[in-house]
Amino acid sequence: MEYSEKVVDHYTNPRNVGKIEDASGVGEVGNPVCGDIMKMFIKVENNIITDVKFKTFGCGAAIATSSISTEMIKGKTLEEALALKNTDVVNMLGGLPPVKLHCSVLAEEAIHEAIADYYRKEGKLTEEEIKEKCNLKEHHCNACEGH
Amino acid sequence: MKTVYFDNSATTKTDEEVVKAMLPYITENYGNASSIYKIGRDNRKAVEEAREKVAKVLGCEPTEIYFTAGGSESDNTAIKGIAHSYRQKGNHIITSKIEHPAVLETCKQLEKEGFEISYISVDENGIINLEELKKAIKPTTILISVMFANNEIGNIEPIKEIGEIAKEHQIIFHTDAVQAIGNININVKELGIDSLSLSAHKFYGPKGVGALYVKKGVKFDKLIDGGHQEMNKRAGTENVAGIVGLGKAIELAYENLEEHNKKIKELRDYYVEQVKQKIPYIKINGDMEKRLPGNSNISFRFIEGEGLLLNLDLKGICASSGSACTSGSLDPSHVLLAIGLPHEIAHGSLRISIGKYNTKEEVDYLIESLVEIVNRLREMSPLWEEFIEKESNK
Repeated sequence: MEYSEKVVDHYTNPRNVGKIEDASGVGEVGNPVCGDIMKMFIKVENNIITDVKFKTFGCGAAIATSSISTEMIKGKTLEEALALKNTDVVNMLGGLPPVKLHCSVLAEEAIHEAIADYYRKEGKLTEEEIKEKCNLKEHHCNACEGH
Repeated sequence: MKTVYFDNSATTKTDEEVVKAMLPYITENYGNASSIYKIGRDNRKAVEEAREKVAKVLGCEPTEIYFTAGGSESDNTAIKGIAHSYRQKGNHIITSKIEHPAVLETCKQLEKEGFEISYISVDENGIINLEELKKAIKPTTILISVMFANNEIGNIEPIKEIGEIAKEHQIIFHTDAVQAIGNININVKELGIDSLSLSAHKFYGPKGVGALYVKKGVKFDKLIDGGHQEMNKRAGTENVAGIVGLGKAIELAYENLEEHNKKIKELRDYYVEQVKQKIPYIKINGDMEKRLPGNSNISFRFIEGEGLLLNLDLKGICASSGSACTSGSLDPSHVLLAIGLPHEIAHGSLRISIGKYNTKEEVDYLIESLVEIVNRLREMSPLWEEFIEKESNK
């Protein structure tokens, strides 16, 4: 299995690793059974993501997708961040091997969960509205089926 | 960057003496071993000499050795060949849960043909449950196939005991000895083995060549139809250079067995000791006594194996892992799950297999690199963070 140069660069020197102590929102997806967990911390000021950090347990592709997606949403509005698709992450990385595409889905979901957490803390939207706005889904991972 | 190779269970570097022995059969001695003229006859002689070398190591007759294209072909030939040949007698086969895919997938294929397979469980060190094996035996059992030593966790199975059980019930006993040959003295007669698979590239021989021992009197259908080669049991022009290489490699392996094993085991024990001292929260997988000398398998908690391998690779270090991400499937290693490891710990496993060319300097470099990489990946891991928080709240 061959990783693109960009993927290698991001798992070798991941950007924005760590946690934000007073985060506006935190999102965690995946589970240890599958071998991938992503935790995303965001700081939001005036609807803009001013800072973002991540912690990831997972393979090279999981680390690289976490790393690049933090770069892609930093400085963006919440709406722009929510519009980010897993395919955008994959393209930005110069592609991912087919068996690793689920890592990019995890990155997208981690961002959505972190923003949903922010909205919940903010308390202006109902849970239904948050679910719709952040497009929250029950996580379905083939790897977890049957465990 | 220098390559530091710690994946000798995957394959080994071909010994220069082996290459030297093989070369004439790739260059001037190109004849077909079945031909009547001199360069054919010379090749026939070389093949038969190699057969004698293998037979001598295993303690059997040369006529009981068949050359194949490797371990997988030997396993397929033995299991399918014996199963098909004894179908009239029964359709039940016993194997273990931790076999190599060459055995497990072959058994699954036979299940599709109507054979019934019992997969015997193993204990937390990978040792087969002999009571369960005995209980699994039925009047229809025709074959027991249990590996000599495991490729992932290196444990050595109680082959002699299995041989005795098989003999008592007049069941044919095959063993996949691909990892064991070149590491352990194996006498097939003393151990009651009826069939054994081996592969040259695991003991400093070339890739693409292996051998199958089948005891005289044990019948097996051939897998590859065609010419009359290999006593009419394996068609195809002989891979003479490969076979000569296998012969030379097995001879060298057993000439220096004790000396190599002592050095390899010392390096392995040193590695494990150093990891224990320098890295907390690890789990050593497999039996520490009944184990191949060069094998170690350690799980580093809170991190995932592929990330570990990629970072080692950046430092020129070659190793392997039982993580799902490296197995090409979504589940971690079936062996690590069979010994009862939870998924998350199986994902963080690292197999280091030390060989005769490794040095203490290389092991020191490995340990130094591992400490740095494990720390870095743990700093990045949400599981580590949770664990540390819990610990500090205690």
